[in-house]
Amino acid sequence: MLDLLLSTLLDLLTLKHMTFMMVGVTVGLVIGVLPGLGGIAGLSLLLPFIYGMDQTSALAMLIGLVAVVPTADTFSSILMGIPGSSASQATVLDGFPLARQGEAARALAAAFFASMLGGMFGAVVLTAAVLAARPIILAFGSAELFMLTLFGLSTVAALSGGNLAKGVAAACLGLAFGMIGAAPATGEYRMDFDTLYLSDGLPLVIVGLGIFALPEMFDLLRGGGAIAQKGQSLGRGWFRGVRDVMRNPGLVLRCSGIGALIGAIPGIGGSVVDWIAYSHAMQTSKDRSQYGKGEIRGVIAPESANNAVQGGALLPTLLFGIPGSGSMAIFLAGMILLGLQPGPSMAERDLNITYTIIWSLAIANLLGTALCIGLAPGIAKLTLVRYTLIAPFMVMVLCFAAFQATRSYYDLLALLAVGVLGVFMRRFGWSRPAFLIGFVLSLGAERYLYQAVQFTGWDILTRPLVLVILALTLLSLWAGLRKSGGTAAINTEGAADGSRAARMWPQLAFAAVVLGLFVFTFAEGMKNSYLAMLFPVAVACVGGACALWVLFRQSRGAVAAGSANFDTEAEAKDRGPWPFLGWFLGFVAVTGVIGFFAALVLFFLAFLRVVARCPWWQVLVLTAAACSFLLVLASSLNLLFPGGVLQAHVDLPWPLR
Amino acid sequence: MTKLHRRTLLGAAGAATLATPAIAQAPVTFAGRTIEFVIPFAEAGGSDVWARFLAPFLSRHLPGQPNVIVRNVPGGGSITGSNDWAQRARPDGSSLFGPSASTHLPFLLGDRRVRYDYANWTPVIVSPTGGVVWVSTRTGITDGADIARLRGQELVFPSQGATGFDLVPILALHLLEMNVRYVFGMRGRGEARIAVERGDASIDHQTTPAYLSQVVPLVQAGQGVPLFSYGLPDAQGNVQRDPSFPDIPTFEEVYQRLHGRAPSGQAYEAYRAASIAAFAGQKPAVLLKSTPAPIIAAYRRAFEDIVADPELKARGETVLGVYPQAVGDAAESLYRHATTISPEARDWARNFLTTHHNVRF
Repeated sequence: MLDLLLSTLLDLLTLKHMTFMMVGVTVGLVIGVLPGLGGIAGLSLLLPFIYGMDQTSALAMLIGLVAVVPTADTFSSILMGIPGSSASQATVLDGFPLARQGEAARALAAAFFASMLGGMFGAVVLTAAVLAARPIILAFGSAELFMLTLFGLSTVAALSGGNLAKGVAAACLGLAFGMIGAAPATGEYRMDFDTLYLSDGLPLVIVGLGIFALPEMFDLLRGGGAIAQKGQSLGRGWFRGVRDVMRNPGLVLRCSGIGALIGAIPGIGGSVVDWIAYSHAMQTSKDRSQYGKGEIRGVIAPESANNAVQGGALLPTLLFGIPGSGSMAIFLAGMILLGLQPGPSMAERDLNITYTIIWSLAIANLLGTALCIGLAPGIAKLTLVRYTLIAPFMVMVLCFAAFQATRSYYDLLALLAVGVLGVFMRRFGWSRPAFLIGFVLSLGAERYLYQAVQFTGWDILTRPLVLVILALTLLSLWAGLRKSGGTAAINTEGAADGSRAARMWPQLAFAAVVLGLFVFTFAEGMKNSYLAMLFPVAVACVGGACALWVLFRQSRGAVAAGSANFDTEAEAKDRGPWPFLGWFLGFVAVTGVIGFFAALVLFFLAFLRVVARCPWWQVLVLTAAACSFLLVLASSLNLLFPGGVLQAHVDLPWPLR
Repeated sequence: MTKLHRRTLLGAAGAATLATPAIAQAPVTFAGRTIEFVIPFAEAGGSDVWARFLAPFLSRHLPGQPNVIVRNVPGGGSITGSNDWAQRARPDGSSLFGPSASTHLPFLLGDRRVRYDYANWTPVIVSPTGGVVWVSTRTGITDGADIARLRGQELVFPSQGATGFDLVPILALHLLEMNVRYVFGMRGRGEARIAVERGDASIDHQTTPAYLSQVVPLVQAGQGVPLFSYGLPDAQGNVQRDPSFPDIPTFEEVYQRLHGRAPSGQAYEAYRAASIAAFAGQKPAVLLKSTPAPIIAAYRRAFEDIVADPELKARGETVLGVYPQAVGDAAESLYRHATTISPEARDWARNFLTTHHNVRF
């Protein structure tokens, strides 16, 4: 085995193979930096080129990309407050406040260093586990997977913000949104309004971007200035960031372990790992007062976990041919195109392939971290640029990322709708992390409960592993609830001071809308057969009760409402986020008429001229830069932009088509 | 070359009937053009890999060596992309479409969301695949010939849904009068396979590549037993043993042994249509039927050359298996079998799904 480890390393360390790995790392870096685009988009970009390549070069290139994306996506999470990919949503919570306080360099250094350690940990786990992982993966049946989804949901207790009822209601709302589409038990379509688009459910990318990125963008635009409020100290803090990681070796190790384990279990998926790690960091901290305001541990935890996921996720992919995530599915496709069939042989006859993959993962993590650190000072300068100049680029990239989901105009409409919901949830302190966790775990919770009961009946509760996870869940609930409700409550939606409103009606109206959504979920749920009805109805009842409670508290008046009273607009003097939401709405509407590309050009011209008040030459240069960037990316992905009414009637040449 | 062709066409329009033979003889070329190979699925997955594998060969063998790109139009379990292609494609050979089992089956079952019609398309290649139904040895049998002994117990089948790909084993096991409990909501055949390996479930089916790489090791270790394969229809439409599994009997053979007669009737017709749609005729590449005949002929010839390309034979096994790729008339016949069903058999299948699996059409 050691011989093989060494010989695969030497094979990889040739100029040719390393060159291809650098190609993968570079593409991964660019894709990772762009918000919303993750491993899926990056791998699809590389897939056409692996035809005719030798196996080692192609694997090095693909893994190079997979490994670097969760490192590079930290840039937009920390600097822009926009999740770089679905694996680094939790990094936003503390990373972005650090950037706004002028500590971007420290946060980035901590994140990159933690990412690298996590990635290395994942590679080590893969080396050790590939020979023995089969029984571990087989030990997680439907019952265990259901308990894991419950464990994931228990983190809501820690992430629910200042008011537990609102947090639970937000999680239930996420669960309800996650149930759109085919019911796992019977295949009945729920809440799809009889449309093909919703029959597949809402895409996660769109929900993540809508709920986090759009509200953040509108907020920054209102501020008018640059992202960093204290920009001068940008270049400092690199060593401090590394030192922060060194001071928390236990946290890094535990979070890497969580990441590798969750990644290895097919069915849960990497998109909730960052939240589990984040809430773990929070639950194990003595002083929790800084979380959500710029706590460095809140950056270290998710970043060490989301890189370790890749090593773990390769286990089921290689051994069982079951991809643990979207990017692993494409990696699997790449393997088959190279003539490699995953299966038990990857731990026997084809062990050299597996070791090539492991070494690629380790080396690419090192290269990726080095590159990110090298590029960081340059990229971090973006936080000093006036945000009105950055915003149109963000709109472009967000929309581009959103319609990667199904390549249709509906993707933009879904983004808009979820974005509006996000704006209100942020404003009134309904925890968006709780919403997202509910959304991600929704179908899993329902599917695995149904399957577990069908497979084994109710004696699932006697399985030892189920009991262990149950104990962990209770522990996590206790750790999350301890101290919360008092003065040390964690506000994931901004500071509670200055958010006590005197005028209660906007909050009451929103709580009523939430209640209405639960009533709708209940009514829609009742239309189904028994097995497809149970879950939506249960969620609607729990969520509805919480929403009612919030409504009741708020209706008793501004002071009596206590922690239920939360409105970030309480002391706002401007016109709120509405003008900017209007701009976005206008852009989506114009896209519906003349298609995405033409609408984007108009949007750039108008926004830069009217809102950013740029001179014409600057308007034209920025617009041209944006368009050429978009065209390069779209043509290398063979992408058609979403069309509008015009495209339905007239046959135009690409990119207007 | 394209310009010349266009001029010939204009001339032909002017000279009316006299020039018609000249058009037919004008050589078709795609030089400098980009051909789209449209796949109604996201990146990764069987159809995408298949199209990406074939694209460079197509580029090499089409006259004029055009650039061939794969375009993914996912959504709605492939119905979105198929409706879209049916509505938008132009009959000029610039776009080739690759539907699959989950496109054929809703069409055969008369799903109301389907807006495409296979009768408007013509196949240029059909890539067959196969499938095997197997059980865990925990059921007590260690030889597929003992299948009759399975009737005494309840089998548990982990399924992705009754109207997809799993319709084939559901109908087969119904015809064999097996007592099966279906657990739905699996997210792929891989999850179903490990549910059997783990002992949660007892019976499963896999397509050829997954069977060979994942189930054969289990069979060798004494954990699994193959029961039957779906087989492959020959030129006359009679089902023969699958060339990947010459030792595994076909469903028809097993039925004959258990019932003492060959299968027949609407239930069997429905099974046969579904099984050919999902396996033997799983992956056709089609053009619009209204495409000019010389263009269709150019594509047909290109695919005949591709199938004969020694490089395809050398590199194709992980993607295409050992199956003979159907081109020319063979493609036509397989395509017809895979995309047609008698109205009676369709009604029977719909009624079966509504009664047994609560499916609303």
